[in-house]
Amino acid sequence: MKKKAYWEKNLFELIRRTSTDLPQDVESVIRRSLKAEKKGTRAHHTLGAILENAELARVKDAPLCQDTGALLFEFRVPAGFDTNALVAVTRTAVSRATRHGYLRQNTIDSLSGASYETNVAHGSPVFHFHQGARKTVDVRLVMKGGGCENVGAQYSLPDVDLKAGRDLEGVRLCILDAVWKAQGNGCAPGVLGVCIGGDRATAYKASKEQFLRKLSDKSRVKQLARLESRIMRDVKRMEIGPMGLGGKTTLLAVKIDSLSRVPASMFVTVSFICWAFRRRGMVLGTEGGLKRWLY
Amino acid sequence: MSDVKNIEYPFVSEKMRELKVGDMVKVSGRIFTGRDRLHKYLSEGGKLSVGLENGAIYHCGPIVVRKDGEWSVRAAGPTTSIREEPYMADIICKHGLRVIIGKGGMGADTAKACAKHGCVYLQATGGAGVLIARNIEKVVGVTMLKEFGPAEAVWELEVRDLSAVVAIDSKGRNLHKRVKAASKRMLKQLRC
Repeated sequence: MKKKAYWEKNLFELIRRTSTDLPQDVESVIRRSLKAEKKGTRAHHTLGAILENAELARVKDAPLCQDTGALLFEFRVPAGFDTNALVAVTRTAVSRATRHGYLRQNTIDSLSGASYETNVAHGSPVFHFHQGARKTVDVRLVMKGGGCENVGAQYSLPDVDLKAGRDLEGVRLCILDAVWKAQGNGCAPGVLGVCIGGDRATAYKASKEQFLRKLSDKSRVKQLARLESRIMRDVKRMEIGPMGLGGKTTLLAVKIDSLSRVPASMFVTVSFICWAFRRRGMVLGTEGGLKRWLY
Repeated sequence: MSDVKNIEYPFVSEKMRELKVGDMVKVSGRIFTGRDRLHKYLSEGGKLSVGLENGAIYHCGPIVVRKDGEWSVRAAGPTTSIREEPYMADIICKHGLRVIIGKGGMGADTAKACAKHGCVYLQATGGAGVLIARNIEKVVGVTMLKEFGPAEAVWELEVRDLSAVVAIDSKGRNLHKRVKAASKRMLKQLRC
């Protein structure tokens, strides 16, 4: 890889923007939700604070939430592209963004409990690469806070306690159960990413890939699109509300996908992401030049 | 929603007992951040160089940067409080805490301790890191920085008008518990 500094500069800008600038598709859904809540309620107040915070973060160029989360990098690269070099420059950009206060020192050694200074460690940041017939390097970053990560859940159907069978109705019961258990702990209102099928690991991965979808899109699979809308309607009636203090707005969107499975297993995997839904992306040329922003 | 009530350090229990669940409050004066490491440490008998008597603990791991020899807070929203549930009641009792600030709600043991000792649990807006940082006038000091790391350290902050909602009052009434119970009833209906 030539021009390492160039790559690093653009990746640093991706991190800065992701941390400080809530995407428009997310903000507009929060704005719509605010209108649906009654003035003077806790829900209205909380959503107002959230929007004010988003604006302030932009103006002050500061991380919109102090939990700058797990850094999930998703790269789509031309076949044969040097991904080791990409890892190296991204790690350098992460270190620099941490020193500049765009990322909290947010990476902990699981055995000693010690904090890493740079967020660069075994397992951090997280990288996923897809190679394909393409001419650009697309990179997407999701910064996923710990509160919403903690309320993710995986179910194995049939689930006796939930009386959930191996069908879409069973899937619906699992998702509603996960939402109820999470209450406000995932910093509601957030977004659900759901995967039906897969194995335990690929399913969690696929559930998080749903966060790369724009909030306005619907699943192209009719059954799943219907289920997405149904969950939104159901959850609204649960009135958990922003931060679990009551109100209509518990979710901003639901995104569902499916993977094939083996006959013996049928998992329903639910990932949450909080309202501070930090997701940005950029399209770069193979020399590292910025072509355009995604989202 | 009622009018906003102001509370200021020292947070004496008589004052805290005037607050009702659902009240909007604005917190001013000295508060300490403290999260997972601190709660475990205190519950195991660990000692702090600062006193928590009539004080407030804020479940928060801020982003703090050093600029021109001074600490400044860039983002400081609340972290999930329920992780501290195993320790909270004991700490309220032994250290004389009167205010806990966090998010997501706490459980029955904390509510019981709040009732017994005249303490309140306040919910700040999760994720609103920059908005709350604006309410921090000064970083007075920090302890356990080396031991716990910057996110888990005990930051002593001077705050002005930090907005929050009373989620557990000193009668032990619990707002999150109410929402959870009501949503459970709806969940049962939605299962049909």
